[in-house]
Amino acid sequence: MSRFLRLVARDLRLALRQGSDATIAVMFFVLCVVLFPFGVGPEPNILARIAAGVIWVAALLASLLSLERLFQTDYEDGSLELLSLSPLPLEAAVLAKTLAHWLVTGVPLIVAAPLLAVLLNMDAQGFGVLVLTLTLGTPILSLIGAIGAALTLGARRGGVLLSLLILPLYIPVLIFGAGAIDAAINGLTPRPHLLLLAGILAAALPLAPWAGAAALRQAVE
Amino acid sequence: MPVFAGSELTCLRGDRLVFTGLEFRIAPGGALVLLGPNGSGKSSLLRVMAGLLKPLRGTLGWDGVSVADDPDAHRAKVQYVGHLDAVKPVLTAAENLAFWAALAGAADPAANARAALDRLGVPHIAGVPGRYLSAGQKRRLNLARLLAAPATLWLLDEPTVALDRAAIALFEGLIAEHRAQGGMVVLSTHTDIATPGGEELHLDEFTPYADEEAGDEDVGDEYEEEGAGP
Repeated sequence: MSRFLRLVARDLRLALRQGSDATIAVMFFVLCVVLFPFGVGPEPNILARIAAGVIWVAALLASLLSLERLFQTDYEDGSLELLSLSPLPLEAAVLAKTLAHWLVTGVPLIVAAPLLAVLLNMDAQGFGVLVLTLTLGTPILSLIGAIGAALTLGARRGGVLLSLLILPLYIPVLIFGAGAIDAAINGLTPRPHLLLLAGILAAALPLAPWAGAAALRQAVE
Repeated sequence: MPVFAGSELTCLRGDRLVFTGLEFRIAPGGALVLLGPNGSGKSSLLRVMAGLLKPLRGTLGWDGVSVADDPDAHRAKVQYVGHLDAVKPVLTAAENLAFWAALAGAADPAANARAALDRLGVPHIAGVPGRYLSAGQKRRLNLARLLAAPATLWLLDEPTVALDRAAIALFEGLIAEHRAQGGMVVLSTHTDIATPGGEELHLDEFTPYADEEAGDEDVGDEYEEEGAGP
């Protein structure tokens, strides 16, 4: 097994034994969406109209929840120093940890999303695109979030700082994610939105680990 | 076998110059013991040697090849044991150790981990989760990393903290064995660790303004926060 996969496997094992991160993110996601019918009222047309946006905003917030801890425990117990001294390039380590984070927190969101779409009376035409946008979008959230998590390491109240730093950067993902679903529901092609999302993912995949590793090097100094 | 040496090393932490003009040289089989009061830069020097910290000035290298030119080769030769034990509370001791061995490229990390725990006299903790280990057991687990993921140069920051007397004797034996095989050891300590034939480096000799409070590391932190220059 390569070093990269070892690190992914170790982070998955840590997440599964601790158990909390994955369930908290998806529970938060579900609760957040469920609150909207109570607040906006149970009018089916209104819910159907806002469904795409609500699900996407809730997904953004849910992925933020556990990001703070992405590097935090490794930083506090000294594992990060050893990781940065290991033969595995730090960029690859960031990518491996981000991948593990996405598998633990992003994938459950994708699975839960269609159920919530039913709850919000979303047009069935949008379901496929909803899953597709989240599949393209949640890795971007984890990747951009990894930069923020690395930058805020060691800061007091790092979680709040992280949200302020990262949420503005999530806006393009939100626009194209919700836009693709709206387009599909209104009978238009979601293709341009999906291509733009895929483009952002293609850019974030090499750039985020690179930036995150640079920030981690500062943190361990 | 290569020689690890540094010259004209200067280290800056925050606004504080920790040491300047520092020279050292370790030949294969050599040992370097870092001595000095708290805050004299022992940990900083070890972090500089490991490559975690970039020196402000000066060079560090193997046989004249600078570490900055080939950081990957340097990392492959170094094993660093710092103050933090890097033990995950939910992983067992053997899992913790096997992960680091695998990351260093061991062919059979699980076997390496078991053998290393045996050598450090704690085979019985192999299946115990990290959160149930005592401070001394965590330290032994951390030192077992040196055996499970072998490297030429051991950088040890106060390695005997929390160890009992038997473990210190055991550890001295491991250092002697490592040196006999041509390995190198740099360690900082406030207690006596027997390193026969090892050189001593007194860091207070390189402190730029020795008459100021070179006493406590906390003093340095206050400097940083208040932004007061030297």
